[in-house]
Amino acid sequence: MDFLVPILAAAVRSGTPILYATLGEILTERSGVLNLGIEGLMLMGALSGFIVTHATGNPWIGVIAAFLVGIAIAVIHAFLCVTVGANQVVSGLAITMFGTGASSLLGRGMIGETVVGFSRIPVPYLSKIPVLGTILFNHDPLVYLSYGLVAFLTWFIFYTRPGLNLRAVGESPKVVDAMGLSASKLRYFYTLVGGGLASVGGAYMSLAYTKMWGNGMTAGRGWIAVALVIFAIWHPARAVLGAYLFGGVGAMQLRIQAAGTSFPAPLLMMMPYFLTIIVLVVISIQKGRGILLGSPGSLGVPYSREERG
Amino acid sequence: MKSRNDRYLAVMKGIEKSFVGVNANEGIDFDLRSGEVHTLLGENGAGKSTLMNILSGLYTPENGSITIDGEKKTFKSPRDAIDSGIGMVHQHFMLVPTQTVWENVALGLKGLPFVLRKREIISNVLAIQDRYGIHVDPLAPIWQLSIGEQQRVAILKMLYRKADILILDEPTAVLIPQETRALFATIRQMVAEEHGVIFISHKLDEVLDISDRITILRKGRKVATIPVENATKESLAEMMVGRKVVFQIDKTLQNPGRVVLEAKDLTVRGPRGRISVNGFSIEVRQREILGLAGVSGNGQEELCDSLAGLRKPEVGSILIDGVPLEGEPARTFQRRGVSYIPADRLGTGLVTGMNIRENIALRKFWRKEFTRFHIFVHWENIAGRTGQLVERYGVLNPGLGYPARMLSGGNLQKLMLARELSDDPRAVIAVQPTWGLDVSATQFVRETLLEQRDRGAAILLVSDDLEEILSMSDRVAVIHNGRLMGLVENPDRVTEEQMGLMMAGTRLDEFSPQDHESGKSPGKAVPENHEIQDPL
Repeated sequence: MDFLVPILAAAVRSGTPILYATLGEILTERSGVLNLGIEGLMLMGALSGFIVTHATGNPWIGVIAAFLVGIAIAVIHAFLCVTVGANQVVSGLAITMFGTGASSLLGRGMIGETVVGFSRIPVPYLSKIPVLGTILFNHDPLVYLSYGLVAFLTWFIFYTRPGLNLRAVGESPKVVDAMGLSASKLRYFYTLVGGGLASVGGAYMSLAYTKMWGNGMTAGRGWIAVALVIFAIWHPARAVLGAYLFGGVGAMQLRIQAAGTSFPAPLLMMMPYFLTIIVLVVISIQKGRGILLGSPGSLGVPYSREERG
Repeated sequence: MKSRNDRYLAVMKGIEKSFVGVNANEGIDFDLRSGEVHTLLGENGAGKSTLMNILSGLYTPENGSITIDGEKKTFKSPRDAIDSGIGMVHQHFMLVPTQTVWENVALGLKGLPFVLRKREIISNVLAIQDRYGIHVDPLAPIWQLSIGEQQRVAILKMLYRKADILILDEPTAVLIPQETRALFATIRQMVAEEHGVIFISHKLDEVLDISDRITILRKGRKVATIPVENATKESLAEMMVGRKVVFQIDKTLQNPGRVVLEAKDLTVRGPRGRISVNGFSIEVRQREILGLAGVSGNGQEELCDSLAGLRKPEVGSILIDGVPLEGEPARTFQRRGVSYIPADRLGTGLVTGMNIRENIALRKFWRKEFTRFHIFVHWENIAGRTGQLVERYGVLNPGLGYPARMLSGGNLQKLMLARELSDDPRAVIAVQPTWGLDVSATQFVRETLLEQRDRGAAILLVSDDLEEILSMSDRVAVIHNGRLMGLVENPDRVTEEQMGLMMAGTRLDEFSPQDHESGKSPGKAVPENHEIQDPL
């Protein structure tokens, strides 16, 4: 137990950036837009959050800045995918490349700098619960915020009117249009919000996890998030499970390395990505058996009204 | 229907709309009074759906005016039309398949609070169901419902929005006869309550049964608007097509020969891994047309895909002339003389981006006469052959080098027939071969299939048009939920009523004599209203 609790607590911490990004991507994909630009958005979020926090000294302003930057970049994706009807895969990849390049260019002066960032604030009473308290309630505020976000999104998607519209537009935009709602506006909105959340996930990396900036510091977490959306079957609550599982594997891998085994480090570092492949394979097999019903039917398909078919 | 009213719910004047190259609507006038059923009649491509898509705000007209209840309107989107009390039940229902009935009703509803009040919506839905006699479980997800039930949801949705004007686009195309009668009862109830109903159809008997007035469209223009009293089946058909139409199909008597195509205990999986065909056995003999009737989506396409070698059956065997072929590639089926005319012409049947020559060469390009030295394509030979076929099958085309997508629906189907039937196949599998075609193309397809039968081919004809099945077939089988419901040896002696029961899932051998005469027992045909507890 003494060995496990710190690992689980670390799993939550290192899973949180992935969680934010996954939640964002769930919203975007539920509206029918595939955004493969998550990795780029996270990097831009990590950098912009870091720069603003460095300048203002307030990490909350940094997070808000990251959210806004994420929205601004997602506008490009939404314009290409929704207004122009461009290929969503290509657009998403372009966003990732753009984010990767732009963040390392703009972040040159920030390498080696540090910020105060978010610090650990144990929740009164709750953190005293044995085992669970340490695992769940002895973290920084962004972790607590993510708990609330998961609960809110679950409620929002399944029990509210806008949630109904969101689920419908990802499945059948034509129906949404015929019922007098704007498929384009819905898709724009959730692409922007999703981009903002992914960007906040990146900001967690630079403001709470490492408190510094490094080129490509998200190290593929954006891609893991994209895969996790499928693992979560587009459900926010299952995204938590996935994110912490990956966070846990990452944390364990660090500890095993620190314990000084003779096991080669690159193989250990490969573990989260290897797990991604396994998860995708398992999910795809299930898909063939018809278990996967959560997938939005019109994911990745642009919609235009007067197309005759 | 007796209380005819002079209140005009909708008046459309001089409506014009064109799509790239096609004038879909040319100066059409149309109006609807309250308390009447006004039918729009016309062939496919006559412009009925376009006109109604304009009235429901989905398309914007280039010219013309729309007046609703005396007020001039410009619809910028479906929202405007819905707000004016117009509800359209589209041919492909506008429903979200993964969501439940009540969620579909709620979608886009005006004045809905932020948090959905499920109980309230469900109890309203139940009240409307009782009033109009349309029943469907509000908690069921759409994808689990039959096509008929889905249609009820689509109508329900419009009634919930208090639509004064209800547009029904080909509503009976997907229904069994019993469901059609139930739908007509609902329509009569709506009309009695001073709603106006616009009914789109090309089935003349139904049109004469339900309409008060009829407007006939042809090639984007209005031919006439007449009260139903002045209409006969013949006069309507003539106005619709533009010439006299013969309803009879000349079918000679033939002696069926040996079994050519045989399926034994076939089980096939469909999309999402569901079992679509379940222990299905059938035999098609030389010189016969075996009609397979059923509501579409009951496993017909999966069955035919597997009979053509495009889908591997899970269990069971497929025999061509007694040789088991299951598990073999599609090319082996083709070599053994199996021709396939799939329902999905543009996806499975033809490659629309490839030119006419290439489409003819598909499925045959490996043949000796189409290759040089066994590896190079012999374009000259293919072009020569294509020229002959296009001539023989009367495929109107801009040139053999043009992509197939430039052809009209009828000519696309002729092109497919030319490719599939020109080598005297042993067996022909034709799925919905006349779907969406105009009268003359339909006639051509039917005659061609009969010629093939007389020549000696074994033909499996799949259609959800009962009339087509009953008039073309020598024997009729019915499929429901992937199972064989019955095999009728003499189609002249089966009633539409009985066919409807089988299509709804009653086995032929379950019929009791009383059912035949009284024509009732809709208990099974129209699925029981799922009892649900009033949540309030």
